[in-house]
Amino acid sequence: MTWLSIIIAGIITYFTRMTMVALVDRDLLGEKVKAVLAYVPSAVFPAIIFPGIFINDYGDFIEVNDPKIFAAIVAIVVGYFSKNVIATILSGLFSYWMLIFVFNF
Amino acid sequence: MFTKKQLLTKGLLSVAPHMFSVIPFGIVCGAIGIELGFSPVLVYAMSIIIFGGASQIVFLQLLSGGASALIAVTSVGVINSRHLLYGAVLSEYLEKLSFIKKLLISYLVVDQGFAESNKFFQKNKNEPYLHYHLLGSGGTLWICWQLATLSGIILGSFVPEELGLKFAVPLTFIAIVVQDLKKLDHVIVMITCGLSSLLFFDAPFKSYIIISPIIALFVAALVLRLKK
Repeated sequence: MTWLSIIIAGIITYFTRMTMVALVDRDLLGEKVKAVLAYVPSAVFPAIIFPGIFINDYGDFIEVNDPKIFAAIVAIVVGYFSKNVIATILSGLFSYWMLIFVFNF
Repeated sequence: MFTKKQLLTKGLLSVAPHMFSVIPFGIVCGAIGIELGFSPVLVYAMSIIIFGGASQIVFLQLLSGGASALIAVTSVGVINSRHLLYGAVLSEYLEKLSFIKKLLISYLVVDQGFAESNKFFQKNKNEPYLHYHLLGSGGTLWICWQLATLSGIILGSFVPEELGLKFAVPLTFIAIVVQDLKKLDHVIVMITCGLSSLLFFDAPFKSYIIISPIIALFVAALVLRLKK
C-alpha cells in the first residue's frame, strides 16, 4: 500500500513538472500572463523561506528572539552584498550555530 | 554562442553552490525516513520516484502519524504543484524541443535548478541549446540528491538533530532571491508571498505553499498595472 502511494505520488509530481512544459501550448497564455510569470521566483520562494524561519518543527510560531531570525538577517545582509550563494548559506548556518552552541540561545 | 558542453557545465556550476544546502537537507531527509521506521529501500525509492525534498518528508511523516494514504498522496501533489509555475516559465525556452525531449527534461525541473537556469535563460534568450543548461543544473541536483538521501539512510540516527540542518533550506532560497530585494516591485511580491505563507500555514494539505504564490502573483499583476 505504501509502495502504491509512493508511485501515485511520483506520477502526480511528474505531471506537475511536465504539464506546462510538454502538454500546454504556450500561445494559450496571454501577454499579461507571461509578464506576470516573470515574478514566479519572487512569488514562490518566500513561501519556503518564511515558514522555514518563523515556524518550528511542531508547527508553532517561534519567539521574536529566536536565533533563526538573527541568522536569517545575517544571511540576507551577507548575500545582498557578496552576491555569493555559498557565503549566504554558510554565514546563515554558522551564525545560527554560534548563537545556539556558543551563546546558548 | 555557447556549445552544448559549455552550457551543461554552466548549468552544473550554477547550482553547485546550493549543494551546501541540498546535501545537508538530503541527509536529514533520508535520516528522518529511517527514524520514522520505514525500510531503507522504500525511503530511497522516493528520491527517484518523487524526487522532491520537502514533499518526501511530509509524505512519510503523515503516514507514520496515522494519516490515510489519500491524504499523504494529496499533500505531495499540493506541495509539488508549484512546479506548474516553474514549467509555465520554462516553457518559453523549451518550446522548440521535441515532445519526447520535453517529457524527459521535465523530470529534472526542481526549485534551485529552475531558479538558476531561469536566471541564465533571461540573459541568453537566443542561445540554440538552452536546455543543456537545465540538463546541467537539474542533473547535478538529481545526482547529489540521490547521494545525499542515501547517506542519510546509512547514517540514520548519527545525524545530530541539534545542528538544525533543515535551516539550510530557507538559506538556499534566500541566496536565490536576495538580489531582487533591490527592486521594489519584487519586494512587494516577496513580502506578500511570505506573509501569506505564515497566514495560511495551517491550511489543509500544506496548501499554503501554492496559495501564497497565487496571491503573490495576483499582487504582481496589480503592480504591473500600476507601473504602466
